[in-house]
Amino acid sequence: MTTQQNTQNSVAPLRISAGWQATPYSMVFLLFFLIPLGLILMVSFWEFNEYEMIPTFTWHSYISIFEGCTQLNEYGDTCVTLKTYGSTIRISLIVWFITLILGFSVAYFLAFCVRTTAMQTMLFVLCTVPFWTSNVIRMISWIPLLGRNGLVNQSLVGMGLVDQPVEWLLFSEFSVVLAFVHLYTMFMIVPIFNSMMRIDRSLIEAATDNGATAWQTLWSVIIPLSRTGIIIGSIFVITIVMGDFVTIGVMGGQQIASVGKIIQVQTSFLQFPLAAANAVILLLVVLMIIWGLTRLVDIRKEL
Amino acid sequence: MKEEKPPVESLATDRRKVLKGTAAILASGIFPAIHAEEKIVLRYLGTAVNQDKKIAEKFKADTGIEIQYVAVTTDDVTKRAVTAPNSFDLIDTEYFSLKKIVPTGNLLGIDTKRIKNADKITTLFTKGEVAGKKVGDQGTAPKKVMYLDKPDSKTFSATPTQYMTLIPTVYNADTLGIRPDLIKRPINSWAELLNPEFKGKAAILNIPSIGIMDAAMVVEAKGIYKYPDKGNMTKAEIDLTIKTLIEAKKAGQFRALWKDFNESVNLMASGEVVIQSMWSPAVTAVRTKGIACTFQPLKEGYRAWAAGFGVPKSVTGKKADGVYEFINWFLDGWAGAYLNRQGYYSAVLDTAKAKMEAYEWAYWMEGKAAAQDIKSPNGDLLAKAGSIRDGGSYETRMGGIACWNAVMDENEYMVKKWNEFVAA
Repeated sequence: MTTQQNTQNSVAPLRISAGWQATPYSMVFLLFFLIPLGLILMVSFWEFNEYEMIPTFTWHSYISIFEGCTQLNEYGDTCVTLKTYGSTIRISLIVWFITLILGFSVAYFLAFCVRTTAMQTMLFVLCTVPFWTSNVIRMISWIPLLGRNGLVNQSLVGMGLVDQPVEWLLFSEFSVVLAFVHLYTMFMIVPIFNSMMRIDRSLIEAATDNGATAWQTLWSVIIPLSRTGIIIGSIFVITIVMGDFVTIGVMGGQQIASVGKIIQVQTSFLQFPLAAANAVILLLVVLMIIWGLTRLVDIRKEL
Repeated sequence: MKEEKPPVESLATDRRKVLKGTAAILASGIFPAIHAEEKIVLRYLGTAVNQDKKIAEKFKADTGIEIQYVAVTTDDVTKRAVTAPNSFDLIDTEYFSLKKIVPTGNLLGIDTKRIKNADKITTLFTKGEVAGKKVGDQGTAPKKVMYLDKPDSKTFSATPTQYMTLIPTVYNADTLGIRPDLIKRPINSWAELLNPEFKGKAAILNIPSIGIMDAAMVVEAKGIYKYPDKGNMTKAEIDLTIKTLIEAKKAGQFRALWKDFNESVNLMASGEVVIQSMWSPAVTAVRTKGIACTFQPLKEGYRAWAAGFGVPKSVTGKKADGVYEFINWFLDGWAGAYLNRQGYYSAVLDTAKAKMEAYEWAYWMEGKAAAQDIKSPNGDLLAKAGSIRDGGSYETRMGGIACWNAVMDENEYMVKKWNEFVAA
């Protein structure tokens, strides 16, 4: 009670000083996030030609992005925009699902099966190995492994399992997902592990004492209590994959469309308003996904 | 342990001595030159492919002016020229980009009276001719964007004037690269790129403005359509071209698309791809790995490109003099010979010829069999004695130009359709 009263008494001066303390970060946030974001929003309503942007207010960019999206085209496909968002979201979901299962399992192992802290730390560091080399080198090194004349195909053909080299190993959705999982499982492991370490072990003992099977303990005790970690990890993975254009480009042989790639092509052709409009739409889609996820758990409360 | 120490120490002192010595040589050789005319540093904006360290070193040794390379991609050169014209003193850009840069007024026409060898610049640029014969001028042919009426003009002049937009540096004619060891039969047409025989083993480059031209060459070669101007398609023509590409993609023709020079080298060297659009130095790079790769001349001709130096209007006074000095030096032969030895072509052929060995000139420019081993400027073996350059002599190659890299009037639509192809 006394401590509560104390904090209540000091609320007013605390607020002001807390506000001052937050100023540097607020300024960084304003300068490098809110203002650029506002500019992007503004530019998305501008006109442009080959070499300059014309300040005005037009829906041209947005209309152009969704042009032809009301009907199927001659190949029975939806328009580029829907198709691109579709494939980007699909890849994000597949990657999210796999990294979730993998990340959860690894975190579970680290948190509950490894006994000593030293061992935990060591294995944890081991998980960061994929980050020890540059992104580009990591991706390029998949080619001698998965390529037509790569190690995997040579082994498969050598063992007589297949007659022809397997083509879908590289430059396919498979290789894109593989590279993403390889890169981003870590982002799932860390927050889930963090949540799991905070679970009171006596709860698990209590569950066991009450006759719960291992599966029941997992489903009714551990998963609900690591929900925060799962959601945070999911937000990391989904937002990163939704905005990616490098990994999809290299691993997909530039043949798989992603929203990031389209934005990159548009900026390199000086079509900034179109790129900005696409960025705004992408941002909205991602925000919607995150909003959906936070419906499942109130992160601020749980933290 | 103790016994090992002294040698290490003496090695270190040796190294120090060497360093000192080098510094002294450098200082004595260059310092007076710098001192005499103040230190000028020129920021040279361009793509990494053209920014050779040895060229900057040689220029500094000759004149004392330092070149500071700013290396970005082709698209980013244009972007910087349009959005940040104060960030460089000299631009090395492709001619097709001029349609975007010149209307901004960020470049100043180059006064040819101050360029010593201006009248010797090859007729390919000034008249669109090679050895007196007209070459293909579809797309953004340099002669269309070569001249300005006034230095600060924002539109191009149709006839030659005193002011040039860019002074050409390098140019070449691109075609398909193939792996002759894996294809095992002659290839002589652009149509082969979409031949189902190479299903899953072909690649095209994912830079829309260049890729669409390669696609157009294929469409014409297959006899589907004859474009009035491949470099400036109508919407219907863009639709048709992209449709051809999409159908091929859906049938699984392409193993990959590439955007970066190194990607094309990897695809070819690893055997993932046996036929693809390619650039000359990439073919050389595959070959230096000891892998057979041919820059295959095709009966429909080449897609040409050209780059050149431009001067931003923000550069004045001593710096402007330095820029003109660099351009004059560049056309004076040493750099030209250096570029010719890499398989590019230089703007002023006479001066480059004077700096090349007779056998080198015969191999690179006259299409004759190499009298002795041909080496790159770095000393790598490029071709053994007796071999002939792909595509033959300068006249045959550059005379075979069918079209130029271009920016179309319908560029926005084209990029949009290209994205459709990538997404299909």
